[in-house]
Amino acid sequence: MLLLFMLFTALPLLSMLSTALAPDGSVPHGLSWPRHPHWHNFVAAWNTANMLSLLRSSTLIVLGVVPASVVLATMAGYGLAKLSVPAGKYVYALFLLGLTLPIEALITPLYYQSKELGLFGTRWAIILPLIGLYMSFGVFWMRTHFLATPPELDEAAQLDGASTSQAFRQIQLPLAAPAWSSLTILFFLWTWNQFLLALVLVSNPNQRTMAGGLGVFQGQYGTDVVLLCAASLLIMTPSLVVFVIFQRHFVKALLQGAIK
Amino acid sequence: MTLAASQGTAVDGPTPKLVVGRQPRNRRRWKLIGLAWVAPALGVYGLFVLYPLTQTVRYSFYNWDGFGVATPAGFSNYRSIFSNPELFDSLVHAFVLIVFFTVLPVGLGLVAAAFMHDLVAGAFSTTARVVLFVPQILPLVGAGIAWTWMYSSDGLVNQVLRRIDLGSLARPWLGDFNTALPAVGVIGTWVALGFCTILLLSGTSKIDPALYEAARIDGAGRLREFFVITLPGLRREVVVCVTVTVIAALASFDVIYVSTSGGPGYQTMVPGVEIYRLTFLDQKVGQASALGVFLALLVLLVILPIQRLGHES
Repeated sequence: MLLLFMLFTALPLLSMLSTALAPDGSVPHGLSWPRHPHWHNFVAAWNTANMLSLLRSSTLIVLGVVPASVVLATMAGYGLAKLSVPAGKYVYALFLLGLTLPIEALITPLYYQSKELGLFGTRWAIILPLIGLYMSFGVFWMRTHFLATPPELDEAAQLDGASTSQAFRQIQLPLAAPAWSSLTILFFLWTWNQFLLALVLVSNPNQRTMAGGLGVFQGQYGTDVVLLCAASLLIMTPSLVVFVIFQRHFVKALLQGAIK
Repeated sequence: MTLAASQGTAVDGPTPKLVVGRQPRNRRRWKLIGLAWVAPALGVYGLFVLYPLTQTVRYSFYNWDGFGVATPAGFSNYRSIFSNPELFDSLVHAFVLIVFFTVLPVGLGLVAAAFMHDLVAGAFSTTARVVLFVPQILPLVGAGIAWTWMYSSDGLVNQVLRRIDLGSLARPWLGDFNTALPAVGVIGTWVALGFCTILLLSGTSKIDPALYEAARIDGAGRLREFFVITLPGLRREVVVCVTVTVIAALASFDVIYVSTSGGPGYQTMVPGVEIYRLTFLDQKVGQASALGVFLALLVLLVILPIQRLGHES
């Protein structure tokens, strides 16, 4: 049974692979492994899609979004879990509001806001809203973790006369490593695959995310199936490679994220 | 995981919360320290989520083309959601997609869980896990492109049909008025199936095998075993799968935008794509915002009962 599911999962990708290797400019039939695989199609796709600048752009966006989001969410989660925050329950509820909020409900004002703030067309137009959007899940996730740590640790820290930041840095933070490393993986994935924000807020395809670049590529070269498949596979490769390397962590992170 | 859940359960735990760190003599300064930890997150969240949300609500009560003068419109934008067939149909389509994004993957995942609740860990299961999870790792845009190719006249789907002598059924699936929406739905099934299967299978490992043995001794068949032991044991996982996939169906954008853009005609239009169209192509910001607010409320309306169902134990 699992084999069937795996086959179903793999087929579309295999189909794309076989097409990507076909002679360029042709229209192959479904899944047919070409007699002479044209591996150089990938090179052509790399150049046409400007893969290097797409990679660079996505990496920059990820570097802008992920560390900041994880830090902010961890701090806020810690604050809400361990420290006394005025109207703490309401603040937390406010964060939870964003959990089920569809991004399309916000895209219109975000568009005008980015213009007002002079960010439109820059990567910051993608980076800043993403950090904001990630706070709902991030704060929820980290707070849940911090609430589950044993109070004895905090008592010991207090007895030792540690300040808040000392207790945080030396005790809680290392302990929370599984939590914030899972969060990092999730945020990385969501950012790399972000499409709508990139599409709407940045018009230069080289300043977008990989997923954004792919969407545009399809619009421009949709009829050249061979090139499209090659480019798509190339664009999806970094995610795949990272996934295969870290797969155990990814799966654990995604499953835990879902359950909580 | 939602507002309802946090209000209903004893989230802070049975013991009174111990506040960390030195307690300064000034109580007010003490409270502010807590706030200082939360403020940056709250700030970014407020600026890029809460504030735009209030803007969306504000725009929804006007007729505005995005740069000219805005005229007040009262609730007319909201009424249009029901009176305008294009808008209303997009909502209907979103619900149809729930069948493909949620019912199918969860159903199939449960079938897998029913048959494999004694899955042995090993090389096969690791490979299975990796392969099945791939659709969750790839950008939805990639899934859309992969399947657009599969569905095209020369694509794999039609090729297989011709091979097994059902060539008469071959057609441009995404371009046909009748099959476009289900075809798009199947893309969603593809994306969610692996995730749901893995989640449900991993959930079965928590079910006490002694229960199954007891059932066998009592002479219960597979079906009974499933409904009495497996399904209740997987309740939390099922609720999670359903929640995540329903939100994905109602708020879908990437897949539809890349595969059909809502076409042919309006057969595959969904609220997400419609909002995008209204704002950026039709210059109807007020209408787009009303649809956006409505969609957000709709998601809550659908998710809350599901969460409640899941926590009733």
